[in-house]
Amino acid sequence: MARKLPMYKAISEAIAQEMERDENVFVMGEDIGAYGGIFGATSGLLEKFGLDRVRDTPISESAFIGAALGAASKGMRPIVELMFVDFFGVAMDQIYNHIAKAHYMSGGQVKMPIVITTAIGGGYSDAAQHSQCLYGLFAHVPGLKIVIPSNSYDAKGLMISSIRDDNPVMYFFHKGLMGLGWMPSPEEAAVEVPEEPYTVPIGEAKVVREGDDVTIATVSRMVYEALWAAEELEKAGINAEVLDLRTLVPLDRKTLINSVKKTGRLLVVDEDYMSYGMSGEVITSVVEKVGNELKALPRRIAYPDVPVPYSRVLEKFVLPDKEKIIAAVKEMVQ
Amino acid sequence: MGVEEIPKETLLEMYRTMHKIRTYEETLAKWYYEGKSPRFDISAGPIPGELHLSSGQESAAVGMCIHLKPEDAVIGTHRAHHFAIAKGVDLKKMTAEIFGKATGLSGGKGGHMHLFDVSKNFSCSGIVGASFPQAVGVGIAAKLKGEDYVAVAVGGDGAANQGTFHEALNLAAVWKLPVIFLIEDNGWAISVPKEKSTAVAKNSERAKAYGIPGVSVDGADVIAVYEVAKEAVERARRGEGPSLIEVRTYRLRGHFEGDPQLYRPKEDLELAKEKDPLRNFEKLLLEKGIATEEELSRIREENEKEVQEAIDFALKSPYPEPEEALKGVFAGGD
Ligand SMILES: Cc1ncc(C[n+]2csc(CCOP(=O)(O)OP(=O)(O)O)c2C)c(N)n1
Repeated sequence: MARKLPMYKAISEAIAQEMERDENVFVMGEDIGAYGGIFGATSGLLEKFGLDRVRDTPISESAFIGAALGAASKGMRPIVELMFVDFFGVAMDQIYNHIAKAHYMSGGQVKMPIVITTAIGGGYSDAAQHSQCLYGLFAHVPGLKIVIPSNSYDAKGLMISSIRDDNPVMYFFHKGLMGLGWMPSPEEAAVEVPEEPYTVPIGEAKVVREGDDVTIATVSRMVYEALWAAEELEKAGINAEVLDLRTLVPLDRKTLINSVKKTGRLLVVDEDYMSYGMSGEVITSVVEKVGNELKALPRRIAYPDVPVPYSRVLEKFVLPDKEKIIAAVKEMVQ
Repeated sequence: MGVEEIPKETLLEMYRTMHKIRTYEETLAKWYYEGKSPRFDISAGPIPGELHLSSGQESAAVGMCIHLKPEDAVIGTHRAHHFAIAKGVDLKKMTAEIFGKATGLSGGKGGHMHLFDVSKNFSCSGIVGASFPQAVGVGIAAKLKGEDYVAVAVGGDGAANQGTFHEALNLAAVWKLPVIFLIEDNGWAISVPKEKSTAVAKNSERAKAYGIPGVSVDGADVIAVYEVAKEAVERARRGEGPSLIEVRTYRLRGHFEGDPQLYRPKEDLELAKEKDPLRNFEKLLLEKGIATEEELSRIREENEKEVQEAIDFALKSPYPEPEEALKGVFAGGD
């Protein structure tokens, strides 16, 4: 049976079902117990599984994220939440020097079945230290899988895949997709979700709208900006294909390249910072293979290389959106 | 030392500041909920984003800052309005910043968690535990420049479990720096009670580990805070090194506005009202015959007027030009 679920409930349901299936799965993080996670991703877990397996932590991130490594080395499958991606600086060493590298450095002896979850994204005036995406930063480090769902169906299936994966997975949920009520969220993100457990494979992009004129490749909340832009572009006679990359590591280059081969044009939309990030990687992946088949220069709309400003007017100016996508596509197709 | 030995002028100044802070916070709360009903939407209204208010914790800021000069630095947390006001940050510019206006302290780029006023040596940030090492650096500068200014690092009880706290305490102690570490213990880190996250009953005990003085003081009594802070500031100015102060306070409001506080026992909120430092101080001033009701009510009226003027200034000020978002990443032009 499927029913419409907001993303936050789909995520907590996925975690609950995996905790029932596998007693090695447990959760740690700040305010993930009684509060159910500031963004609801662990709601109901404490009541179901108790304090041993649902552990509210002190604000000691390098300790509890590092502890995930130790627990994983003994066969546990920890899920650790750190509220906002902006806060990871304080625990970075455990992630990028240890969790990401342990399997490789140990010659494959050590497995790291860890899921690190966090909230991303702006658009509601939470300013420079609470609005970033930063998935590009983690995607840059070898050894971390990067998962970024855009709707509740994918959120549940990708969470189950992440928990079952023997590698560290960083799982990014956009605050503006969770369907929380107190934070604006597109209705389209809350879709039908089967009650029973299922997986969505890590490493498969999804064509969420078919078109022939241009490929818009993106992730997370920007999927909706792209879809809304595509609707309007259709009225102007332009057919945009929208590709939800869903995971950045591994990146589904095959689906991406096939789409661009068909449309001949590529626009990447990214809420993360422009330089040295997802947009550059996606464009390069295409240009390296089929650059000579392009009908227009590839383009990107990403967060300009500035911190996220607080004031609503400033933030709106820099945040990628439907209007910016429409303008760019029109220039590319002309 | 008791209240009798503190000049009346000083006591009235402390009362003025404490009452101003309370008036400010409660007024700001009203404006925060503008545009956020009937449905609470964090992105809506004249003050969007998160808002952490300090009502109930005034004594920590006022008892400390009364001893400080403009050259002394205060580095606050995500909950910092009380310290900003006590440090003399311009109320109009601060309010305009919180309303995202061009006339704000940072032209609307920073927002409520990121208030900067270099003229008053005040700053704060949204990352828990960030203040402690930064204050150490101010201490180094004082020492190298041969100046007698001091640095105050503020953190919540939650922040004292962050690695930065312990590293900074040790560093300030080995280098004998003029730093005061001030832990505002309001008993909660969002929904996590201190006793579930902190291995010692009092954070002041942690001073022992670094061989520096550590004192715990009841925040319901601003005079007690005044005395403890005075000693720490004098010690730092004399070049005798850092101190740790824990001020035991209560949060009169939610962690942030909109926090349903479902995790919080009713008795805790009632205790908070009982321990209200402003009410206690008012009572003390009247009972000891230090001030008359007329004097206090005149101060209250002046504060209400000043706060209203700050709000009016913010409301009337223009929003920044959107293009401003792209400027100011680097010093010396972009
Ligand atoms: C490094 C980091 N981790 C987590 C958070 C999320 N967070 C913001 S405030 C807060 C609780 C802070 O508690 P405390 O230090 O006691 O201060 P209080 O809010 O009680 O004033 C948390 C967990 C953060 N901002 N930064």
